[in-house]
Amino acid sequence: MVDKPMLPELLKANGISRRGFLKYCASLTSLMALSPAMMPRIAHALENAPRPSVIWLSFQECTGCTEAITRSHAPTLEDLIFNAVSLDYHHTLQAASGHAAEAAREAAMKEHWGKYVLVVDGSIPVDNPGYSCIAGISNLDMLKETAEGAAAIVAVGTCAAYGGIPHADPNPTGAVSVGDIIKDKPIINVPGCPPIPVVMTGVLAHFLTFGIPELDELGRPKAFFGETIHDRCYRRPFYDKGLFAEGFDDEGAREGWCLYKLGCKGPTTRSVCATTKWNGGTSFPIQAGHPCLGCTEPDFWDNGGFYKPLSVPAGDYRKLGLAAVAAGAVAGVAGGALARSGKARAAAAHEKVDAHDLEKKS
Amino acid sequence: MNNPNFDLLMWARGPGFNIALIIMTAGIILRVVEIIILGRKKDIAPAKGSPVAQGMKTIFSRSLPRKGLVHYAPITYIGGYIFHIGFFIAFFFFAPHIAIFTDMLGISWPNASRVIIESAVALSVLALIALMYTRRTDPVRRALSSFDDYLVWVLSLLPMVTGYVAVNKLFGDPTFMIALHILCVEALMIAFPFTKLMHAVTFVMARYYNGSIQGRKGAKS
Ligand code: SF4
Ligand code: SF4
Repeated sequence: MVDKPMLPELLKANGISRRGFLKYCASLTSLMALSPAMMPRIAHALENAPRPSVIWLSFQECTGCTEAITRSHAPTLEDLIFNAVSLDYHHTLQAASGHAAEAAREAAMKEHWGKYVLVVDGSIPVDNPGYSCIAGISNLDMLKETAEGAAAIVAVGTCAAYGGIPHADPNPTGAVSVGDIIKDKPIINVPGCPPIPVVMTGVLAHFLTFGIPELDELGRPKAFFGETIHDRCYRRPFYDKGLFAEGFDDEGAREGWCLYKLGCKGPTTRSVCATTKWNGGTSFPIQAGHPCLGCTEPDFWDNGGFYKPLSVPAGDYRKLGLAAVAAGAVAGVAGGALARSGKARAAAAHEKVDAHDLEKKS
Repeated sequence: MNNPNFDLLMWARGPGFNIALIIMTAGIILRVVEIIILGRKKDIAPAKGSPVAQGMKTIFSRSLPRKGLVHYAPITYIGGYIFHIGFFIAFFFFAPHIAIFTDMLGISWPNASRVIIESAVALSVLALIALMYTRRTDPVRRALSSFDDYLVWVLSLLPMVTGYVAVNKLFGDPTFMIALHILCVEALMIAFPFTKLMHAVTFVMARYYNGSIQGRKGAKS
Protein backbone atom coordinates (compact mmCIF):
# COMPACT_ATOMS: atom_id res chain seq x y z
CA MET A 1 0.00 0.00 0.00
CA VAL A 2 3.00 2.26 0.37
CA ASP A 3 4.49 2.20 -3.12
CA LYS A 4 1.77 2.67 -5.67
CA PRO A 5 2.61 1.28 -9.12
CA MET A 6 0.54 2.56 -12.02
CA LEU A 7 -1.81 0.13 -13.72
CA PRO A 8 0.42 -0.92 -16.65
CA GLU A 9 3.11 -2.08 -14.21
CA LEU A 10 0.51 -3.95 -12.19
CA LEU A 11 -0.80 -5.64 -15.30
CA LYS A 12 2.68 -6.69 -16.29
CA ALA A 13 3.49 -7.98 -12.83
CA ASN A 14 0.34 -10.09 -12.92
CA GLY A 15 0.99 -11.50 -16.38
CA ILE A 16 -1.96 -9.72 -18.03
CA SER A 17 -1.46 -8.90 -21.69
CA ARG A 18 -2.55 -5.59 -23.16
CA ARG A 19 -5.07 -7.50 -25.24
CA GLY A 20 -6.54 -8.94 -22.04
CA PHE A 21 -6.68 -5.48 -20.53
CA LEU A 22 -8.45 -4.03 -23.57
CA LYS A 23 -10.91 -6.89 -23.52
CA TYR A 24 -11.70 -6.01 -19.94
CA CYS A 25 -12.13 -2.36 -20.91
CA ALA A 26 -14.54 -3.42 -23.65
CA SER A 27 -16.62 -5.46 -21.25
CA LEU A 28 -16.63 -2.60 -18.77
CA THR A 29 -17.78 -0.28 -21.54
CA SER A 30 -20.72 -2.47 -22.41
CA LEU A 31 -21.47 -3.13 -18.75
CA MET A 32 -21.70 0.59 -18.17
CA ALA A 33 -24.00 0.82 -21.19
CA LEU A 34 -21.60 3.20 -22.96
CA SER A 35 -20.98 3.38 -26.68
CA PRO A 36 -18.13 1.09 -27.87
CA ALA A 37 -16.41 4.25 -29.13
CA MET A 38 -15.76 5.12 -25.49
CA MET A 39 -13.59 2.05 -24.96
CA PRO A 40 -10.22 3.63 -25.85
CA ARG A 41 -11.02 6.51 -23.55
CA ILE A 42 -11.69 4.13 -20.70
CA ALA A 43 -8.45 2.27 -21.37
CA HIS A 44 -6.52 5.50 -21.56
CA ALA A 45 -8.09 6.90 -18.43
CA LEU A 46 -7.51 3.71 -16.46
CA GLU A 47 -3.89 3.53 -17.54
CA ASN A 48 -3.17 7.11 -16.71
CA ALA A 49 -5.46 7.84 -13.83
CA PRO A 50 -3.60 8.71 -10.69
CA ARG A 51 -4.50 5.92 -8.32
CA PRO A 52 -6.76 7.59 -5.83
CA SER A 53 -6.55 6.77 -2.18
CA VAL A 54 -9.49 4.70 -1.04
CA ILE A 55 -10.60 4.45 2.55
CA TRP A 56 -13.04 1.61 3.11
CA LEU A 57 -15.11 1.75 6.29
CA SER A 58 -17.15 -1.21 7.50
CA PHE A 59 -19.94 -0.50 9.95
CA GLN A 60 -22.93 -2.68 10.92
CA GLU A 61 -22.41 -5.33 8.28
CA CYS A 62 -21.88 -9.03 7.80
CA THR A 63 -18.71 -8.70 5.71
CA GLY A 64 -20.67 -10.21 2.84
CA CYS A 65 -19.90 -7.21 0.66
CA THR A 66 -16.18 -7.48 1.32
CA GLU A 67 -16.36 -11.25 0.86
CA ALA A 68 -18.05 -10.76 -2.49
CA ILE A 69 -15.50 -8.31 -3.81
CA THR A 70 -12.53 -10.35 -2.63
CA ARG A 71 -13.94 -13.63 -3.89
CA SER A 72 -14.12 -12.39 -7.43
CA HIS A 73 -11.96 -15.46 -8.27
CA ALA A 74 -8.65 -13.68 -7.96
CA PRO A 75 -6.61 -12.78 -9.78
CA THR A 76 -9.02 -11.37 -12.31
CA LEU A 77 -8.78 -8.17 -14.19
CA GLU A 78 -11.54 -6.71 -12.07
CA ASP A 79 -9.46 -7.56 -9.09
CA LEU A 80 -6.55 -5.69 -10.63
CA ILE A 81 -8.58 -2.65 -11.33
CA PHE A 82 -9.45 -2.75 -7.73
CA ASN A 83 -5.78 -3.02 -6.93
CA ALA A 84 -5.22 -0.08 -9.18
CA VAL A 85 -6.66 2.15 -6.54
CA SER A 86 -4.67 2.61 -3.42
CA LEU A 87 -6.64 0.92 -0.69
CA ASP A 88 -5.29 2.69 2.35
CA TYR A 89 -7.69 1.46 4.98
CA HIS A 90 -9.93 -1.60 5.11
CA HIS A 91 -10.00 -3.18 8.48
CA THR A 92 -10.87 -6.64 7.18
CA LEU A 93 -8.17 -6.69 4.54
CA GLN A 94 -5.36 -4.69 6.09
CA ALA A 95 -2.65 -6.25 8.20
CA ALA A 96 -2.58 -3.52 10.81
CA SER A 97 -5.17 -3.51 13.55
CA GLY A 98 -6.28 -1.37 16.47
CA HIS A 99 -4.61 1.98 16.85
CA ALA A 100 -2.05 1.29 14.13
CA ALA A 101 -4.90 0.84 11.67
CA GLU A 102 -6.57 4.02 12.80
CA ALA A 103 -3.25 5.81 12.40
CA ALA A 104 -3.12 4.58 8.78
CA ARG A 105 -6.58 5.97 8.17
CA GLU A 106 -5.70 9.31 9.68
CA ALA A 107 -2.48 9.48 7.69
CA ALA A 108 -4.28 8.71 4.41
CA MET A 109 -6.93 11.28 5.19
CA LYS A 110 -4.34 13.93 5.91
CA GLU A 111 -2.26 13.18 2.84
CA HIS A 112 -5.18 13.05 0.41
CA TRP A 113 -7.58 15.49 2.11
CA GLY A 114 -10.35 16.46 -0.28
CA LYS A 115 -9.30 13.84 -2.86
CA TYR A 116 -9.77 10.37 -1.42
CA VAL A 117 -12.70 8.11 -2.16
CA LEU A 118 -14.61 6.83 0.81
CA VAL A 119 -16.19 3.42 0.42
CA VAL A 120 -18.63 2.33 3.11
CA ASP A 121 -20.27 -1.01 3.71
CA GLY A 122 -22.70 -1.50 6.58
CA SER A 123 -25.28 0.74 8.18
CA ILE A 124 -24.82 3.22 11.00
CA PRO A 125 -26.70 2.82 14.31
CA VAL A 126 -28.02 6.13 15.59
CA ASP A 127 -30.29 5.04 18.47
CA ASN A 128 -27.17 4.59 20.50
CA PRO A 129 -23.97 5.19 18.52
CA GLY A 130 -22.20 2.93 21.03
CA TYR A 131 -23.88 -0.10 19.47
CA SER A 132 -21.10 -0.29 16.91
CA CYS A 133 -17.60 1.07 17.43
CA ILE A 134 -14.18 0.58 15.86
CA ALA A 135 -11.16 1.24 18.07
CA GLY A 136 -13.50 3.02 20.48
CA ILE A 137 -14.82 5.37 17.80
CA SER A 138 -18.52 5.12 17.04
CA ASN A 139 -19.52 4.42 13.44
CA LEU A 140 -21.39 7.71 13.37
CA ASP A 141 -18.33 9.74 14.40
CA MET A 142 -16.00 7.83 12.11
CA LEU A 143 -18.29 8.33 9.14
CA LYS A 144 -18.72 12.05 9.73
CA GLU A 145 -15.03 12.56 10.30
CA THR A 146 -13.89 10.57 7.27
CA ALA A 147 -16.60 11.89 4.96
CA GLU A 148 -15.49 15.44 5.57
CA GLY A 149 -12.32 15.11 3.52
CA ALA A 150 -13.68 12.73 0.88
CA ALA A 151 -14.09 13.68 -2.77
CA ALA A 152 -16.98 11.24 -3.07
CA ILE A 153 -18.55 8.39 -1.17
CA VAL A 154 -19.46 4.99 -2.55
CA ALA A 155 -22.01 3.24 -0.34
CA VAL A 156 -21.46 -0.42 -1.12
CA GLY A 157 -24.17 -2.92 -0.27
CA THR A 158 -27.78 -2.38 0.73
CA CYS A 159 -26.80 -1.80 4.38
CA ALA A 160 -24.71 1.26 3.55
CA ALA A 161 -26.97 2.42 0.74
CA TYR A 162 -30.37 2.02 2.42
CA GLY A 163 -29.92 0.57 5.91
CA GLY A 164 -30.27 -3.04 4.72
CA ILE A 165 -30.77 -5.91 7.12
CA PRO A 166 -29.87 -3.97 10.30
CA HIS A 167 -32.60 -1.49 9.29
CA ALA A 168 -35.21 -4.27 8.97
CA ASP A 169 -38.27 -3.95 11.15
CA PRO A 170 -38.09 -3.35 14.15
CA ASN A 171 -34.64 -1.85 13.52
CA PRO A 172 -33.34 -2.37 17.07
CA THR A 173 -30.22 -0.23 16.63
CA GLY A 174 -31.85 2.64 14.73
CA ALA A 175 -29.72 1.75 11.71
CA VAL A 176 -29.59 4.29 8.89
CA SER A 177 -27.81 4.58 5.57
CA VAL A 178 -24.81 6.75 4.68
CA GLY A 179 -27.09 9.08 2.72
CA ASP A 180 -29.25 9.62 5.79
CA ILE A 181 -26.29 11.17 7.58
CA ILE A 182 -24.02 12.73 4.98
CA LYS A 183 -25.78 15.39 2.94
CA ASP A 184 -22.98 17.51 1.51
CA LYS A 185 -20.96 14.97 -0.51
CA PRO A 186 -21.69 13.13 -3.72
CA ILE A 187 -22.80 9.62 -2.77
CA ILE A 188 -22.97 6.71 -5.19
CA ASN A 189 -25.15 3.90 -3.90
CA VAL A 190 -24.19 0.40 -5.05
CA PRO A 191 -26.88 -1.70 -3.37
CA GLY A 192 -27.11 -5.46 -3.35
CA CYS A 193 -26.80 -7.97 -0.59
CA PRO A 194 -24.04 -8.22 -1.56
CA PRO A 195 -23.62 -6.31 -4.83
CA ILE A 196 -22.19 -8.12 -7.85
CA PRO A 197 -18.39 -7.77 -7.60
CA VAL A 198 -18.05 -6.55 -11.17
CA VAL A 199 -20.66 -3.87 -10.47
CA MET A 200 -18.63 -2.61 -7.52
CA THR A 201 -15.43 -2.51 -9.59
CA GLY A 202 -17.35 -1.16 -12.58
CA VAL A 203 -18.67 1.76 -10.56
CA LEU A 204 -15.18 2.48 -9.26
CA ALA A 205 -13.81 2.28 -12.81
CA HIS A 206 -16.48 4.68 -13.98
CA PHE A 207 -15.66 7.04 -11.18
CA LEU A 208 -11.94 6.94 -12.10
CA THR A 209 -12.58 7.52 -15.79
CA PHE A 210 -15.59 9.81 -16.00
CA GLY A 211 -16.30 10.88 -12.45
CA ILE A 212 -19.69 10.38 -10.84
CA PRO A 213 -21.95 8.25 -13.07
CA GLU A 214 -25.51 9.21 -13.83
CA LEU A 215 -27.61 8.21 -10.83
CA ASP A 216 -31.28 7.35 -10.39
CA GLU A 217 -33.48 8.87 -7.70
CA LEU A 218 -32.21 6.29 -5.22
CA GLY A 219 -28.60 7.26 -5.88
CA ARG A 220 -27.78 4.17 -7.97
CA PRO A 221 -25.76 4.33 -11.20
CA LYS A 222 -28.32 4.04 -13.99
CA ALA A 223 -25.95 1.90 -16.05
CA PHE A 224 -26.26 -0.94 -13.51
CA PHE A 225 -29.67 -0.29 -12.02
CA GLY A 226 -31.65 0.99 -14.97
CA GLU A 227 -33.65 -2.14 -15.72
CA THR A 228 -35.51 -4.62 -13.60
CA ILE A 229 -34.50 -8.26 -13.28
CA HIS A 230 -37.88 -9.16 -14.79
CA ASP A 231 -37.06 -7.10 -17.93
CA ARG A 232 -33.99 -9.23 -18.62
CA CYS A 233 -34.87 -12.56 -17.01
CA TYR A 234 -34.38 -15.61 -19.19
CA ARG A 235 -37.48 -17.15 -17.54
CA ARG A 236 -39.57 -14.25 -18.83
CA PRO A 237 -41.03 -16.21 -21.77
CA PHE A 238 -42.55 -18.59 -19.22
CA TYR A 239 -44.07 -15.69 -17.34
CA ASP A 240 -45.60 -14.47 -20.59
CA LYS A 241 -46.90 -17.91 -21.49
CA GLY A 242 -48.34 -18.30 -18.02
CA LEU A 243 -46.11 -21.22 -17.00
CA PHE A 244 -45.17 -21.05 -13.33
CA ALA A 245 -43.35 -23.26 -10.84
CA GLU A 246 -45.69 -23.82 -7.91
CA GLY A 247 -43.07 -25.41 -5.64
CA PHE A 248 -39.34 -25.88 -5.50
CA ASP A 249 -39.46 -29.46 -6.65
CA ASP A 250 -42.47 -29.69 -8.93
CA GLU A 251 -42.51 -30.19 -12.66
CA GLY A 252 -42.50 -26.44 -13.31
CA ALA A 253 -39.39 -26.00 -11.18
CA ARG A 254 -37.64 -28.79 -13.07
CA GLU A 255 -38.70 -27.30 -16.39
CA GLY A 256 -37.27 -23.94 -15.38
CA TRP A 257 -40.58 -22.04 -15.42
CA CYS A 258 -41.15 -18.59 -13.97
CA LEU A 259 -40.75 -18.23 -10.20
CA TYR A 260 -43.36 -15.48 -9.69
CA LYS A 261 -45.65 -17.70 -7.62
CA LEU A 262 -42.73 -18.65 -5.38
CA GLY A 263 -42.33 -14.99 -4.45
CA CYS A 264 -39.99 -13.64 -7.14
CA LYS A 265 -39.45 -9.89 -6.68
CA GLY A 266 -37.81 -9.52 -10.10
CA PRO A 267 -40.59 -7.24 -11.42
CA THR A 268 -39.81 -4.53 -8.84
CA THR A 269 -36.05 -5.02 -8.52
CA ARG A 270 -33.48 -3.08 -10.49
CA SER A 271 -30.14 -4.80 -11.04
CA VAL A 272 -28.01 -6.43 -13.73
CA CYS A 273 -28.07 -9.87 -12.07
CA ALA A 274 -29.87 -11.42 -15.03
CA THR A 275 -27.31 -10.24 -17.60
CA THR A 276 -23.98 -9.79 -15.81
CA LYS A 277 -24.64 -12.67 -13.44
CA TRP A 278 -22.32 -13.86 -10.70
CA ASN A 279 -19.04 -15.73 -10.46
CA GLY A 280 -17.74 -14.59 -13.79
CA GLY A 281 -21.10 -14.86 -15.55
CA THR A 282 -21.83 -18.38 -14.30
CA SER A 283 -25.30 -17.99 -12.85
CA PHE A 284 -27.60 -15.88 -10.70
CA PRO A 285 -30.21 -16.77 -8.08
CA ILE A 286 -33.13 -17.19 -10.50
CA GLN A 287 -31.02 -19.42 -12.72
CA ALA A 288 -30.24 -21.51 -9.65
CA GLY A 289 -33.98 -21.95 -9.08
CA HIS A 290 -34.56 -19.41 -6.34
CA PRO A 291 -36.83 -16.37 -6.66
CA CYS A 292 -35.24 -12.92 -6.56
CA LEU A 293 -35.39 -11.41 -3.05
CA GLY A 294 -35.17 -7.85 -4.31
CA CYS A 295 -31.93 -7.16 -2.41
CA THR A 296 -30.98 -4.01 -4.35
CA GLU A 297 -34.10 -2.20 -3.14
CA PRO A 298 -34.60 -0.28 0.11
CA ASP A 299 -36.44 -2.27 2.81
CA PHE A 300 -36.25 -5.48 0.79
CA TRP A 301 -36.21 -7.41 4.04
CA ASP A 302 -39.70 -6.12 4.88
CA ASN A 303 -41.37 -6.85 1.58
CA GLY A 304 -44.10 -9.07 2.98
CA GLY A 305 -42.17 -12.35 2.86
CA PHE A 306 -39.61 -13.65 0.41
CA TYR A 307 -41.87 -16.50 -0.70
CA LYS A 308 -45.08 -14.51 -0.97
CA PRO A 309 -45.94 -13.55 -4.56
CA LEU A 310 -45.70 -9.83 -5.20
CA SER A 311 -49.44 -9.59 -5.83
CA VAL A 312 -50.47 -11.22 -2.55
CA PRO A 313 -51.50 -9.04 0.41
CA ALA A 314 -48.63 -8.73 2.87
CA GLY A 315 -50.56 -8.34 6.11
CA ASP A 316 -52.43 -10.77 8.34
CA TYR A 317 -55.76 -10.09 6.74
CA ARG A 318 -57.65 -13.34 7.40
CA LYS A 319 -58.75 -12.53 10.95
CA LEU A 320 -59.78 -9.05 9.85
CA GLY A 321 -61.82 -10.56 7.03
CA LEU A 322 -63.64 -12.91 9.42
CA ALA A 323 -64.28 -10.05 11.84
CA ALA A 324 -65.70 -8.05 8.94
CA VAL A 325 -68.06 -10.93 8.09
CA ALA A 326 -69.31 -11.00 11.68
CA ALA A 327 -69.63 -7.21 11.89
CA GLY A 328 -71.43 -7.09 8.55
CA ALA A 329 -73.84 -9.83 9.64
CA VAL A 330 -74.67 -8.07 12.92
CA ALA A 331 -75.17 -4.73 11.18
CA GLY A 332 -77.24 -6.47 8.50
CA VAL A 333 -79.52 -8.09 11.07
CA ALA A 334 -79.94 -4.77 12.86
CA GLY A 335 -80.56 -2.92 9.59
CA GLY A 336 -82.99 -5.60 8.41
CA ALA A 337 -84.88 -5.55 11.71
CA LEU A 338 -85.12 -1.80 11.55
CA ALA A 339 -86.46 -1.94 8.02
CA ARG A 340 -88.96 -4.62 8.99
CA SER A 341 -90.28 -2.65 11.92
CA GLY A 342 -90.53 0.39 9.70
CA LYS A 343 -92.52 -1.69 7.25
CA ALA A 344 -94.77 -3.02 10.02
CA ARG A 345 -95.34 0.47 11.36
CA ALA A 346 -96.20 1.74 7.92
CA ALA A 347 -98.62 -1.16 7.44
CA ALA A 348 -100.26 -0.48 10.82
CA ALA A 349 -100.60 3.22 10.09
CA HIS A 350 -102.08 2.48 6.71
CA GLU A 351 -105.50 4.09 6.23
CA LYS A 352 -107.86 2.95 3.59
CA VAL A 353 -108.94 5.71 1.29
CA ASP A 354 -111.53 5.55 -1.46
CA ALA A 355 -112.38 7.90 -4.24
CA HIS A 356 -115.03 9.69 -2.18
CA ASP A 357 -112.56 10.43 0.59
CA LEU A 358 -110.12 11.85 -1.89
CA GLU A 359 -112.76 14.03 -3.42
CA LYS A 360 -113.79 15.31 -0.02
CA LYS A 361 -110.21 16.12 0.91
CA SER A 362 -109.34 18.01 -2.24
CA MET B 1 -33.15 5.88 2.78
CA ASN B 2 -36.62 5.02 1.56
CA ASN B 3 -38.12 4.32 -1.79
CA PRO B 4 -41.50 6.10 -1.76
CA ASN B 5 -42.76 3.78 -4.51
CA PHE B 6 -41.86 0.70 -2.51
CA ASP B 7 -43.46 2.19 0.60
CA LEU B 8 -46.62 2.87 -1.38
CA LEU B 9 -46.64 -0.72 -2.69
CA MET B 10 -46.22 -2.09 0.82
CA TRP B 11 -49.01 0.17 2.08
CA ALA B 12 -51.26 -1.03 -0.72
CA ARG B 13 -50.40 -4.67 0.00
CA GLY B 14 -50.71 -4.17 3.77
CA PRO B 15 -52.97 -1.63 5.52
CA GLY B 16 -54.61 -0.53 2.26
CA PHE B 17 -55.73 -4.03 1.44
CA ASN B 18 -56.90 -4.66 5.01
CA ILE B 19 -59.07 -1.54 4.98
CA ALA B 20 -60.54 -2.36 1.59
CA LEU B 21 -61.17 -5.98 2.55
CA ILE B 22 -62.96 -5.03 5.79
CA ILE B 23 -65.19 -2.45 4.10
CA MET B 24 -66.00 -4.68 1.15
CA THR B 25 -66.68 -7.82 3.17
CA ALA B 26 -68.71 -6.14 5.89
CA GLY B 27 -70.57 -4.08 3.31
CA ILE B 28 -71.54 -7.05 1.14
CA ILE B 29 -72.67 -9.14 4.10
CA LEU B 30 -74.58 -6.19 5.53
CA ARG B 31 -76.50 -5.62 2.33
CA VAL B 32 -77.21 -9.28 1.61
CA VAL B 33 -78.37 -9.97 5.18
CA GLU B 34 -80.57 -6.88 5.08
CA ILE B 35 -82.22 -7.99 1.85
CA ILE B 36 -82.82 -11.51 3.17
CA ILE B 37 -84.24 -10.30 6.48
CA LEU B 38 -86.54 -7.84 4.82
CA GLY B 39 -87.86 -10.81 2.86
CA ARG B 40 -91.03 -11.00 0.81
CA LYS B 41 -94.59 -11.56 1.78
CA LYS B 42 -95.44 -15.22 1.94
CA ASP B 43 -97.41 -16.42 -1.08
CA ILE B 44 -100.03 -18.70 0.36
CA ALA B 45 -101.49 -19.78 -2.93
CA PRO B 46 -100.47 -23.34 -3.86
CA ALA B 47 -97.58 -23.40 -6.33
CA LYS B 48 -98.53 -24.35 -9.86
CA GLY B 49 -95.00 -25.05 -10.99
CA SER B 50 -91.63 -25.50 -9.41
CA PRO B 51 -90.39 -22.21 -7.94
CA VAL B 52 -86.99 -23.49 -6.76
CA ALA B 53 -86.02 -25.20 -10.02
CA GLN B 54 -87.20 -22.26 -12.08
CA GLY B 55 -85.39 -19.84 -9.78
CA MET B 56 -82.12 -21.74 -10.05
CA LYS B 57 -82.46 -22.02 -13.80
CA THR B 58 -83.06 -18.31 -14.16
CA ILE B 59 -79.82 -17.45 -12.34
CA PHE B 60 -78.00 -18.90 -15.33
CA SER B 61 -80.48 -18.49 -18.17
CA ARG B 62 -80.54 -14.72 -17.84
CA SER B 63 -76.84 -14.65 -18.68
CA LEU B 64 -77.71 -15.83 -22.17
CA PRO B 65 -78.47 -13.29 -24.85
CA ARG B 66 -82.09 -12.37 -25.32
CA LYS B 67 -83.50 -12.51 -28.81
CA GLY B 68 -84.01 -9.23 -30.58
CA LEU B 69 -82.11 -7.10 -28.12
CA VAL B 70 -79.09 -6.85 -30.39
CA HIS B 71 -81.10 -4.81 -32.92
CA TYR B 72 -82.57 -2.61 -30.29
CA ALA B 73 -79.35 -1.65 -28.45
CA PRO B 74 -76.37 -3.20 -30.24
CA ILE B 75 -73.57 -1.41 -28.40
CA THR B 76 -75.03 -1.98 -24.97
CA TYR B 77 -75.71 -5.58 -25.85
CA ILE B 78 -72.38 -6.53 -27.43
CA GLY B 79 -70.27 -4.13 -25.39
CA GLY B 80 -71.87 -5.39 -22.21
CA TYR B 81 -70.97 -8.98 -22.99
CA ILE B 82 -67.42 -8.15 -24.07
CA PHE B 83 -66.77 -6.06 -21.00
CA HIS B 84 -68.10 -8.63 -18.54
CA ILE B 85 -66.35 -11.61 -20.12
CA GLY B 86 -63.08 -9.70 -20.56
CA PHE B 87 -63.11 -8.44 -17.00
CA PHE B 88 -63.91 -11.93 -15.73
CA ILE B 89 -61.03 -13.50 -17.69
CA ALA B 90 -58.50 -10.86 -16.60
CA PHE B 91 -59.62 -11.00 -13.01
CA PHE B 92 -59.84 -14.75 -12.56
CA PHE B 93 -57.26 -16.15 -14.96
CA PHE B 94 -54.20 -13.94 -14.52
CA ALA B 95 -51.68 -15.92 -12.45
CA PRO B 96 -50.79 -13.12 -10.00
CA HIS B 97 -54.52 -12.77 -9.25
CA ILE B 98 -54.99 -16.50 -8.73
CA ALA B 99 -52.05 -16.35 -6.30
CA ILE B 100 -54.18 -14.08 -4.09
CA PHE B 101 -57.01 -16.60 -3.94
CA THR B 102 -54.51 -19.37 -3.26
CA ASP B 103 -53.06 -17.41 -0.35
CA MET B 104 -56.49 -16.49 0.95
CA LEU B 105 -58.47 -19.69 0.49
CA GLY B 106 -55.91 -22.33 -0.41
CA ILE B 107 -57.52 -22.96 -3.78
CA SER B 108 -56.00 -22.69 -7.22
CA TRP B 109 -56.96 -23.16 -10.85
CA PRO B 110 -55.18 -22.98 -14.21
CA ASN B 111 -54.14 -19.54 -15.44
CA ALA B 112 -54.19 -18.07 -18.93
CA SER B 113 -51.24 -16.75 -20.92
CA ARG B 114 -50.43 -13.07 -21.17
CA VAL B 115 -51.74 -12.83 -24.73
CA ILE B 116 -55.19 -13.98 -23.64
CA ILE B 117 -55.25 -11.77 -20.54
CA GLU B 118 -54.11 -8.70 -22.40
CA SER B 119 -56.48 -9.22 -25.31
CA ALA B 120 -59.30 -9.59 -22.82
CA VAL B 121 -58.25 -6.38 -21.08
CA ALA B 122 -57.90 -4.45 -24.33
CA LEU B 123 -61.34 -5.56 -25.54
CA SER B 124 -62.90 -4.78 -22.18
CA VAL B 125 -61.46 -1.28 -22.18
CA LEU B 126 -62.71 -0.66 -25.71
CA ALA B 127 -66.12 -1.97 -24.70
CA LEU B 128 -66.21 0.34 -21.70
CA ILE B 129 -65.38 3.31 -23.90
CA ALA B 130 -68.10 2.35 -26.38
CA LEU B 131 -70.59 1.94 -23.55
CA MET B 132 -69.73 5.36 -22.20
CA TYR B 133 -70.17 6.77 -25.69
CA THR B 134 -73.74 5.48 -25.95
CA ARG B 135 -74.47 6.63 -22.43
CA ARG B 136 -73.42 10.15 -23.31
CA THR B 137 -74.97 10.34 -26.78
CA ASP B 138 -78.30 8.63 -26.21
CA PRO B 139 -80.48 11.31 -24.56
CA VAL B 140 -82.60 8.79 -22.65
CA ARG B 141 -79.63 6.92 -21.21
CA ARG B 142 -77.93 10.18 -20.48
CA ALA B 143 -80.89 11.42 -18.53
CA LEU B 144 -81.05 8.16 -16.60
CA SER B 145 -77.36 8.25 -15.65
CA SER B 146 -76.41 9.28 -12.18
CA PHE B 147 -73.09 10.00 -10.46
CA ASP B 148 -73.03 6.36 -9.37
CA ASP B 149 -72.91 5.20 -13.01
CA TYR B 150 -69.95 7.38 -13.88
CA LEU B 151 -68.10 6.50 -10.69
CA VAL B 152 -68.54 2.80 -11.32
CA TRP B 153 -67.33 3.23 -14.90
CA VAL B 154 -64.13 4.97 -13.76
CA LEU B 155 -63.55 2.46 -10.97
CA SER B 156 -63.91 -0.47 -13.40
CA LEU B 157 -61.68 1.11 -16.02
CA LEU B 158 -58.76 2.11 -13.79
CA PRO B 159 -57.66 -1.35 -12.58
CA MET B 160 -57.56 -2.59 -16.17
CA VAL B 161 -55.60 0.36 -17.53
CA THR B 162 -53.13 0.46 -14.61
CA GLY B 163 -52.73 -3.32 -14.67
CA TYR B 164 -51.97 -3.27 -18.38
CA VAL B 165 -49.47 -0.44 -17.96
CA ALA B 166 -47.79 -2.16 -15.00
CA VAL B 167 -47.37 -5.53 -16.72
CA ASN B 168 -46.17 -3.99 -19.98
CA LYS B 169 -44.02 -1.31 -18.31
CA LEU B 170 -45.52 1.24 -20.69
CA PHE B 171 -44.50 4.17 -18.53
CA GLY B 172 -43.74 5.07 -14.94
CA ASP B 173 -41.71 3.27 -12.35
CA PRO B 174 -42.67 -0.42 -12.31
CA THR B 175 -43.01 -0.52 -8.52
CA PHE B 176 -45.18 2.59 -8.53
CA MET B 177 -47.41 1.23 -11.30
CA ILE B 178 -48.01 -2.04 -9.44
CA ALA B 179 -48.82 -0.03 -6.31
CA LEU B 180 -51.18 2.18 -8.28
CA HIS B 181 -52.90 -0.85 -9.80
CA ILE B 182 -53.48 -2.38 -6.37
CA LEU B 183 -54.76 0.94 -4.99
CA CYS B 184 -57.22 1.24 -7.88
CA VAL B 185 -58.52 -2.24 -7.13
CA GLU B 186 -58.86 -1.30 -3.49
CA ALA B 187 -60.93 1.75 -4.46
CA LEU B 188 -63.16 -0.62 -6.44
CA MET B 189 -63.42 -2.95 -3.44
CA ILE B 190 -64.42 -0.11 -1.12
CA ALA B 191 -67.07 1.22 -3.50
CA PHE B 192 -68.38 -2.25 -4.30
CA PRO B 193 -71.09 -2.72 -1.64
CA PHE B 194 -72.40 0.83 -1.88
CA THR B 195 -72.77 1.26 -5.62
CA LYS B 196 -74.31 -0.58 -8.55
CA LEU B 197 -71.21 -2.79 -8.52
CA MET B 198 -73.13 -4.74 -5.89
CA HIS B 199 -75.07 -6.31 -8.76
CA ALA B 200 -72.17 -8.76 -9.08
CA VAL B 201 -73.56 -10.37 -5.90
CA THR B 202 -77.25 -9.44 -5.88
CA PHE B 203 -77.87 -10.57 -9.45
CA VAL B 204 -78.05 -14.09 -8.08
CA MET B 205 -80.78 -13.18 -5.61
CA ALA B 206 -82.69 -11.01 -8.04
CA ARG B 207 -82.70 -13.60 -10.78
CA TYR B 208 -83.63 -16.38 -8.42
CA TYR B 209 -86.49 -14.33 -7.07
CA ASN B 210 -87.82 -13.44 -10.49
CA GLY B 211 -87.46 -16.99 -11.72
CA SER B 212 -89.13 -18.48 -8.69
CA ILE B 213 -92.14 -16.15 -8.97
CA GLN B 214 -92.66 -17.28 -12.53
CA GLY B 215 -92.02 -20.87 -11.54
CA ARG B 216 -94.62 -20.71 -8.83
CA LYS B 217 -97.14 -19.46 -11.35
CA GLY B 218 -96.19 -22.24 -13.70
CA ALA B 219 -94.82 -19.77 -16.24
CA LYS B 220 -91.44 -19.71 -17.94
CA SER B 221 -88.99 -16.97 -17.09
S1 SF4 C 1 -25.55 -5.53 2.13
FE1 SF4 C 1 -25.86 -7.68 2.62
S2 SF4 C 1 -23.88 -8.61 2.18
FE2 SF4 C 1 -23.49 -6.41 2.37
S3 SF4 C 1 -22.97 -6.09 4.52
FE3 SF4 C 1 -25.18 -5.76 4.34
S4 SF4 C 1 -26.07 -7.74 4.88
FE4 SF4 C 1 -23.89 -8.12 4.38
S1 SF4 D 1 -38.54 -15.61 -12.50
FE1 SF4 D 1 -38.96 -13.58 -11.60
S2 SF4 D 1 -37.83 -12.11 -12.83
FE2 SF4 D 1 -37.90 -14.04 -13.99
S3 SF4 D 1 -39.73 -13.79 -15.30
FE3 SF4 D 1 -40.41 -14.82 -13.45
S4 SF4 D 1 -41.11 -13.13 -12.11
FE4 SF4 D 1 -39.85 -12.21 -13.72
